[in-house]
Amino acid sequence: MDVFCLGLSHQTADVATRERFAFAEHEIAACAAELRSRPELGEAVILSTCNRVEIYAATPDVAAGAMSVEAFFDARAPFQNGDRKALYRQDGVSAVRHLFRVVSGLESMVLGETEILGQVKKAYSTAAESGATSRHLNKLFQRAFNVAKEVRTRTGITRGSVSVGSVAGDLAEKIFGRLNTCRAMILGAGETSELTARALMSRGAHGIFVSNRSFERAQMLAEETHGEAIGFEQWHERFDDIDILISSTSAPHMIVTPEKLGQAMRRRGNRPVFVIDLAVPRDVDPAVNDLDGVYLYDIDALQSIAAESMAIRRQELSECERLIERHVADFWGWFLNAGLQRPPIPAGGVPIRSAPQVL
Amino acid sequence: MEDRALLAASTFCFLLGFAYTMFVLGSGRYQPSRFNFGAMLGGFGFQTAFLVVRGHALNACPLTNLFEVLIFLSWSMVLLYFVVGTAYRLSLLGVFTSPLAFMFQTFALIAPLDSPPALRRRMLAQPWLETHAAISIIAYGAFALAFVAGVMYLVQERQLKTHRLRGLFFHLPPIADLAVAINRLIFTGFILLTVGLLSGFEVRGEWKMEWTKVVWGIGVWLIYGGILQADKLRRVTPRRVAQLAVAAFSITLATLWGLNFIAPNGPL
Repeated sequence: MDVFCLGLSHQTADVATRERFAFAEHEIAACAAELRSRPELGEAVILSTCNRVEIYAATPDVAAGAMSVEAFFDARAPFQNGDRKALYRQDGVSAVRHLFRVVSGLESMVLGETEILGQVKKAYSTAAESGATSRHLNKLFQRAFNVAKEVRTRTGITRGSVSVGSVAGDLAEKIFGRLNTCRAMILGAGETSELTARALMSRGAHGIFVSNRSFERAQMLAEETHGEAIGFEQWHERFDDIDILISSTSAPHMIVTPEKLGQAMRRRGNRPVFVIDLAVPRDVDPAVNDLDGVYLYDIDALQSIAAESMAIRRQELSECERLIERHVADFWGWFLNAGLQRPPIPAGGVPIRSAPQVL
Repeated sequence: MEDRALLAASTFCFLLGFAYTMFVLGSGRYQPSRFNFGAMLGGFGFQTAFLVVRGHALNACPLTNLFEVLIFLSWSMVLLYFVVGTAYRLSLLGVFTSPLAFMFQTFALIAPLDSPPALRRRMLAQPWLETHAAISIIAYGAFALAFVAGVMYLVQERQLKTHRLRGLFFHLPPIADLAVAINRLIFTGFILLTVGLLSGFEVRGEWKMEWTKVVWGIGVWLIYGGILQADKLRRVTPRRVAQLAVAAFSITLATLWGLNFIAPNGPL
């Protein structure tokens, strides 16, 4: 028995190619069951995310199994020019290493991102529930989840945030704790401020006020964020009600000054405020950071924190790889042994076993 | 086992927990682990054993000299850590509490504070004195923990202000949670101190009221009462409350030490 992985990812294919090969969520169980029923494939797991489409399979004959998976891809989305070049295949121990790297976030577009672990767990769980996995892939994926957990806890690969929005979210949580009681104001309805507001909302912030020179644009964004539009001249009147201010206007001068904010802070009873200045030229006077309870971050500060986190993650790469290699060697030892001891596969694939629980 | 050996074992546990956590924090691999908690638990166990042995020997609450007061204070602080630390999910509170406990106990062990048994004044048949001393020291334990939370607040706040997010940043609690913890710890300490002071007025006989201590006790009570009131009326920022919690405990500790020389009966 051997194992292989065949698919494409953001490293080999553009988004247009990836979306042609992607599986809709409701198709995955049936497709995995179909693959498993093929005599040349013993077990199969389909992983389909926005950045990768991969099929992991256990098979007595890798060449025949891979041809079968390629034909399966071709039948679903007929190959076009260059598609075959985008496909990659990892066999045996390389496939094991690849899965461990994928699930640990080392192959992700954003190094160390953790969403992939949930996606792989879901892919495995769907395959297992539809009876498409058995001894080999069960063991492989269970081990992969353990590896991912160990990589996350024993290295700094997930340390910090690497996008402006998530850095803002992290900082807000370190100031206010849970964000579900926090209200935010967007001053100047630009794209970056909208994305940052959405990042904060995804962590619980609510009651968004939107203030923009064009009231129509403010209303549009307020509708999208289930917030409230306010006139540009009235923003400071609502300042007492908010905890987070995201400013991104195109004003040529600074509109938030220590004088204005100092008075507002006294009115607020010294409640802290997190000010995010995404504008260039800046909207907020840097001197406001000297006020007690005011935490000011401009775009440079946020980007530099994101870059620092990414640098830390890159430094951790070799430690992650060392850890993964240890697990690969250990797992492969078991796999070879299990393959030798395993009875021959009956025609029609391996018998269906009850799906183990995902960790 | 001699009681001082128990104390040395307890001190070693606190040192071990603190040193280990500082090492993993420094290497950037800190994860909340059972090690520090275990070390704190070990330290607390030996502290408790020490107090029990001393208590049996004296046949009274072991608060008869500054040496025992410092150990009781350290014990109260660690006890409150176990009660408060887990409730507020401030696991790193232990990291900051263990060095303080270590310092108190090392000082108590090194400095010549422990008078021979024959010279100790016993608190036999003085239940009000025992109540007064024990509750007051537990109150100072709460203030000590507020001091620790205050230091944590100031460290975290500085990182947020300067934009320099070190490894510690990711493991320290949000400043809002720390501000709440400081307030609740000061409030708890204030209530306990009130009860402790009131029970002190009931003490009679050899241990009758000494005005130096009364003035000192009321002074501490007023300082913490003032902090609570200013916080309640939002006259001060949470940062200022954290600074006051640190300053107030430092003053209290320094004057407690001074009281040892001024008051005829020592700190009690």
